[in-house]
Amino acid sequence: MLAYAARRLVLAIFTLWTVTVLSFIIIQLPPGDFVDAYMAQLSATQSNVSEQHFESLRRQYALDRPMYVQYLKWMSGVFSGDFGTSMMWRKSVLDVIGDRLAMTMVLSLGAIILTWAIALPIGIYSAVRQYSIGDYVFTFIGFIGLGVPSFLLALVLMYLGFTLFDSDIGGLFSPEYQLEPWSWGKVKDLLYHLPLPAIIIGLSGTAELIRVMRANLLDELRKPYVITARAAGMSERSLVLKYPVRVALNPFASTVGYLLPYILSGSVIVSVVLGLPTLGPLLLGSLVAQDMFLAGTIVMMLGALTVIGTFLSDLLLMWIDPRIRFEMVQ
Amino acid sequence: MQDDRQPILSVRNLKTSFFTDEGIVRAVDGASFEVHLGQTLGIVGESGCGKSVTALSILGIVPRPGRIVEGEILLRRETGNGQSQEVALTSLGDSSSEMRSIRGAEIALVFQEPMTSLSPVHTIGNQIIGAARLHRKLTKQEASELAVELLSLVGIPRAEGAIDAYPFQLSGGLRQRALIALALSCDPRLLIADEPTTALDVTTQAQILDLLRSLQEQNGMAIMLITHDMGVIAEMADQVVVMYLGRVVEEGPVDTVFGESKHPYTQSLLRSIPSIHSTPKVQLPTITGTIPHPYNRPAGCPFHPRCPDVMPGVCDHHEPELQSVGDEHLVSCFLYHPVPETSS
Amino acid sequence: MAEEHTISDSEERIFVAGQMQLMWWRFRKHRVAVVATFVVVAFYVVVLAADFLAYTDPNTTEAYRLLMPPQPIRFFDNGSFRPHVYAVSGKRDLRTFKRVYEADPNNKLTVRFFARGYKYKLFGFIRTDRHLIGVEGATAAESLFLLGTDEKGRDVWSRMMVATRTSLTIGLVAVALSLVLGVLLGGISGFYGGAIDSIIQRLIEILRSIPTIPLWMGMAAAFPREWSVEQIYFAITIVIALRGWTGLAREVRGRFLSLREEDFVTAADLAGCSRKRIIFRHMIPSFQSHIIAAATLSIPAMILAETALSYLGLGLRPPAISWGVMLQQVQNVEAVALSPWLLVSAVPVIVVTLAFNFMGDGLRDAADPYGI
Repeated sequence: MLAYAARRLVLAIFTLWTVTVLSFIIIQLPPGDFVDAYMAQLSATQSNVSEQHFESLRRQYALDRPMYVQYLKWMSGVFSGDFGTSMMWRKSVLDVIGDRLAMTMVLSLGAIILTWAIALPIGIYSAVRQYSIGDYVFTFIGFIGLGVPSFLLALVLMYLGFTLFDSDIGGLFSPEYQLEPWSWGKVKDLLYHLPLPAIIIGLSGTAELIRVMRANLLDELRKPYVITARAAGMSERSLVLKYPVRVALNPFASTVGYLLPYILSGSVIVSVVLGLPTLGPLLLGSLVAQDMFLAGTIVMMLGALTVIGTFLSDLLLMWIDPRIRFEMVQ
Repeated sequence: MQDDRQPILSVRNLKTSFFTDEGIVRAVDGASFEVHLGQTLGIVGESGCGKSVTALSILGIVPRPGRIVEGEILLRRETGNGQSQEVALTSLGDSSSEMRSIRGAEIALVFQEPMTSLSPVHTIGNQIIGAARLHRKLTKQEASELAVELLSLVGIPRAEGAIDAYPFQLSGGLRQRALIALALSCDPRLLIADEPTTALDVTTQAQILDLLRSLQEQNGMAIMLITHDMGVIAEMADQVVVMYLGRVVEEGPVDTVFGESKHPYTQSLLRSIPSIHSTPKVQLPTITGTIPHPYNRPAGCPFHPRCPDVMPGVCDHHEPELQSVGDEHLVSCFLYHPVPETSS
Repeated sequence: MAEEHTISDSEERIFVAGQMQLMWWRFRKHRVAVVATFVVVAFYVVVLAADFLAYTDPNTTEAYRLLMPPQPIRFFDNGSFRPHVYAVSGKRDLRTFKRVYEADPNNKLTVRFFARGYKYKLFGFIRTDRHLIGVEGATAAESLFLLGTDEKGRDVWSRMMVATRTSLTIGLVAVALSLVLGVLLGGISGFYGGAIDSIIQRLIEILRSIPTIPLWMGMAAAFPREWSVEQIYFAITIVIALRGWTGLAREVRGRFLSLREEDFVTAADLAGCSRKRIIFRHMIPSFQSHIIAAATLSIPAMILAETALSYLGLGLRPPAISWGVMLQQVQNVEAVALSPWLLVSAVPVIVVTLAFNFMGDGLRDAADPYGI
């Protein structure tokens, strides 16, 4: 059991490292170093900054040194909480990000919880009542969910919201709370606004999970242990819930690992469409403005969130599946 | 006292079919037999002959798209003070509460695959306790004690620890024992064992068979043993039913069927058992051909395409019926009774 | 007797049928998948004949025709069949400063089949100026605007035809690249196993655990501004394929792993077949149908990736036209509310994604010989 957890931890750390390298590559990708871009931007706004300032910046980020030194420099900054400077905002990256990281996590968590809450019962229903009208209806909706990309769904819902209800469904807060500090009222306002974007982001994942759950459960329903339980006189309902659903939950739980990158990806683009105060619009803005430290940091944070989430879901899987706990399967 | 002559279970002209898109599969096509308390009925036949479906039909758990289309299954239930009453299982709804009170409590099943017949993510104890508490009013504590008792009864060493084990932690033989313990949890009067030893190695097979026999001696239950292995039948059964393509082709006491087998199919099955008297290094006789595809049942006697004694014009046109050829000995073959006059 | 004969005949047919033949028989049974296949084929017909189906140059801007709503075709004129549209004149509303358009029933513009329009090369080599429909001799302002115009006065219908070509081919190119990478790496992983397998598996796991859109955005944002449309097109397919191969590689590896244990592979090995022969003659043919199904199922994700990137302004850029580029104009509620017809490019995205999903599902079921 510990070996399994350790293996997963090593993989998570390794992935995390890859994420930082990729983020650093993204920072480095645009031609010229970031001080050049900074200079260009400053001269465009006609600010007067001395040549010495640029030189000190170059030294600070080791821009005159080899690439790996720059990476190490950046990483040591990251470990001490300094993610670099956003030149678009002329503030430290962390200040710019503010509570957007937390908002992204809240939104993604909401999307995952909704995904599970919807997919689990529907998946069970569809498997137990295979080929019933309800199964066909859910399968059809599932296909739509898979087929309609979340940002298009957001657009369409926005249009419907505007024409039918004359309201803007975007944002996570009502206007009066937008700039307010956190309060109980603001939390309630957030909870009121959260479900719609969470459903939009989670829809395709929900459709996928319904399929996974249905297929898993159909497999399990054919297993002899179901016949054993049936022959023991259990009622169909408690039997299905106690055994095959429980077994089918294992692969279902492991789908969190891939659901998370999916949902974080979706949250970026849906947030742009709906104007949600998450990392998404900030990432887009920073990329368009070539504000690379900000962009790289956001990519790294999103990557880190998935890696940590996936690791937690691995632990969850270990906890619920005795076969993994006892190292019976890899 | 209950009359021992009265069977605990009688199956009369049972027909179970599967209605698939490709056609109707008659998995069981008119099977009749009786099971008595304290006795073992062996049902034997090649795979696909409808043995397992017969077992599922008795328990009322034939999976879709299959269902019982004809026939009667009568169970003799004790009503207390020595009285008993016959219940027609076929007239109860499959998921009715009465049927569920019979499944597991009166009739229990030991299924053929010890590897997958227990839930992989629940402990052995959890599954036995769950089954026991379905039909008996027991506290968790009592049920857990019962589980330990049952596990040591079926010969699982260190039963106290075994209730916390998961199936994948046990060997095949132990798992089959645990499965038997699960089946015994409500003290059934009829145990249906469907190929209980097929997946096990030979020594374990013998141990499991010994276990079943001693359990029967202890509690006097009836056992319906389903197998394709004539050797197992010879060792265990009192009565034998030989099935081929969903039909009973021969039926009788084990000595009679083995000693004076009448049906060519039974005779071929018996010839294919290695015997201490057979000549070494000579191939065992096999039954020619294979079981026909169930969608493609031969007309007339289903065995006629493979039968060494086939009578052209008779066996492929008329269906033989199960008829008596001696004391409790029934055969369905035109070699032993006249061909019906009317031709179809 | 006769009946028995026909049964054995049909059995005979099944025994000798090739794998593709069997797959087709099974696929035919999936009605939805067959319909979806027709839809996909229809879309690729549009790809081939995009310019023919368009009727005005998709990049011609027209200042007098900004954000014009769709213009319905009227098929009958005084009871006789003569397709036409009403000419539309626009003026600026002095209170709201929006352009408003008014149809003039007296000025009928006849819609002709095989009308002359802008010059293009059909299938890339036939020079012609014929289009399926069109209004001949009309001024740029008084013409046909089936689906309205965008905010630069460009005809949405014509743009959509050309966009279909871009978006659908980008999906195919990206899948082709992913397929090469996936079959190669998945095959190596599954066939050799051991350390190579572990390395490739970890690589796949890592790639899959990174959220794709931010990564794509980061990479796409780095495409130099001065790159041509073609360069960006291929850069995008590469960026998408860098992640897309992982799914196919898993599929291929899984098949290799299970096939390695199969008796017929052992038999071929014992018979002295070379590795190459075992892989290409024995193993790949037995799972190529699965690969086709998996590839089909991954096309929509590729199309969506391009659409999403272009929508965010990080993918294809004007003058390139794709569904995502067209959707760029509906970034906010105001745009959606004022000119909802611009959302029309979402329709082909959704339809083609669904069609590929249904078709791929049917193929996957048909490819599985043990399915019911």
